Amino acid sequence: MDVNTAIVEVVRTEWPRLMAALVRDLGDLGRAEDAAQEAIEVALANWPTDGIPDRPGAWILTVARRRAIDKLRRDQNRLQKSELLARLEQRTTPETELDFDSPESLLGDEQLQLIFACCHPSLNTESQTALTLRCITGLSTREIARAFLTPEPTMAQRLVRAKRKIESAGIPLRVPPDSDLLDRLAVVHGVIYLLFTEGHTRSESDLLTGVDLCDEAIRLGRLLTRLVNDSSETFGLAALMLLSHARRAARTDDAGDLVLLEDQDRTRWDHAMIAEGQALLARALRFADPGPYQLQAAINALHAEAARAGDTDWRQIALLYSRLLRHQPTPVVQLNHAVAVAMTDGPEAGLALLDGLAEPLAGYRYFDSTQADLLRRAGRTEEAATAYERALQHCDNAAEQRFLTRRLESVSHPSPDP
Amino acid sequence: MKYACLIYDDESTGPTDPTSPEFAEMIAGYMAFGEKYESVIQGGEALDSVSTSTCVKVRDGKMTTTDGPFAETKEQLGGFYIIEADDLDTACQIASEIPGAYTGQVEVRPVPNYG
Repeated sequence: MDVNTAIVEVVRTEWPRLMAALVRDLGDLGRAEDAAQEAIEVALANWPTDGIPDRPGAWILTVARRRAIDKLRRDQNRLQKSELLARLEQRTTPETELDFDSPESLLGDEQLQLIFACCHPSLNTESQTALTLRCITGLSTREIARAFLTPEPTMAQRLVRAKRKIESAGIPLRVPPDSDLLDRLAVVHGVIYLLFTEGHTRSESDLLTGVDLCDEAIRLGRLLTRLVNDSSETFGLAALMLLSHARRAARTDDAGDLVLLEDQDRTRWDHAMIAEGQALLARALRFADPGPYQLQAAINALHAEAARAGDTDWRQIALLYSRLLRHQPTPVVQLNHAVAVAMTDGPEAGLALLDGLAEPLAGYRYFDSTQADLLRRAGRTEEAATAYERALQHCDNAAEQRFLTRRLESVSHPSPDP
Repeated sequence: MKYACLIYDDESTGPTDPTSPEFAEMIAGYMAFGEKYESVIQGGEALDSVSTSTCVKVRDGKMTTTDGPFAETKEQLGGFYIIEADDLDTACQIASEIPGAYTGQVEVRPVPNYG
């Protein structure tokens, strides 16, 4: 790792705690963000020559507070601000600097408060995701804009509006009371998982953005497991993302073409990530309250545990999908359930479960490609070809298009069975 | 902070006859809400039906009036409260106890302080 990469990583690791400390000190998201950004720029300018300080978090926080003080002094025209100034100046004494490195100063509550504010249900999804990336994972506005394929000014405006709403609508910076905690946590999980699925779709298409939303989502998921320790789904979500992401390198071949799970080179899976996911899933399951994220994580864990595709415990996977259907009785989950059933009871059994899904999943390319694949395996090649053609019509991902075209050719001009 | 709680509901489904028990029940619900949150309610009124409404506008110095409402929506503004709350979550919690929230919905909007 070169020094610049190391610096960026340090900065990104320290960012949520830095923001939490600054929001606590300054009482304002926008002001905190400005101060943090300025301090990071000073770090990026100085550390390549001076080296990374022993206590990088405290270093950045000190600079950020000084910047905030300077700004407040220039702008000191209200009583409120002078009070703030006095409080801030107190915080820049050496003793409190040391605080930032003590275990008690993880600022867990402050970080959580910030996360709950960014994912407040009164903000729309676009604002929630953008704000969470900016305030918690520390991506720059430009990076967030790239990740969402949005022009930078549009993203900048979205962030400004979201921050303004937090301020003017009085969205509180606090952890919700117990009565609301689970609901609000579910919103946070939803925002993180949305970022992950968004990144998942992107990483399989042309990745030119330099920002991987999957990595950001995983960063958030891991952070949340450190801040919340009594929610099984928080662990389940992190486990799900890790177990799924661990297969990323094997998902495409050297030509960038899609490789199906059963054909993947399992040595290319990230086994450290799988182990981390398994450990988190084990922690989640101790709560004996398996929610949708845990069930999906468990399904992914079963795939990860099979040394060869043929060893996959499809019966258990089918069972987990039927449990998942109770939480999420959606056509997409039904589709996945059908796939698992087809693996244990044969393609015709799977096809039977697809009945009635054609309409709700019309235009969903995985429906057509799944149906095509089951038809192919059932030896119904003509119907399979028609289904592959339909799948191709709905596919805008280059790697998947090549895959479907190859499959279509194989059923249209069948070669002798290998 | 000060918030306006704007109560929207479908006028065509709510009780309209002041002598009916349903109407009395609705009023009782609002009375109970008003008593419980007396200390934070700074004002509020029920509004007559939108069919009684008039829109006024002035363009080029000329006033015109038209019958309201200007947009056909399923739910109409039927009344409002002005409340004082520490933050949005508290305001929403209070708004969730307004009877109109059970049949229609309540828009919670901050009242800015320009002072």
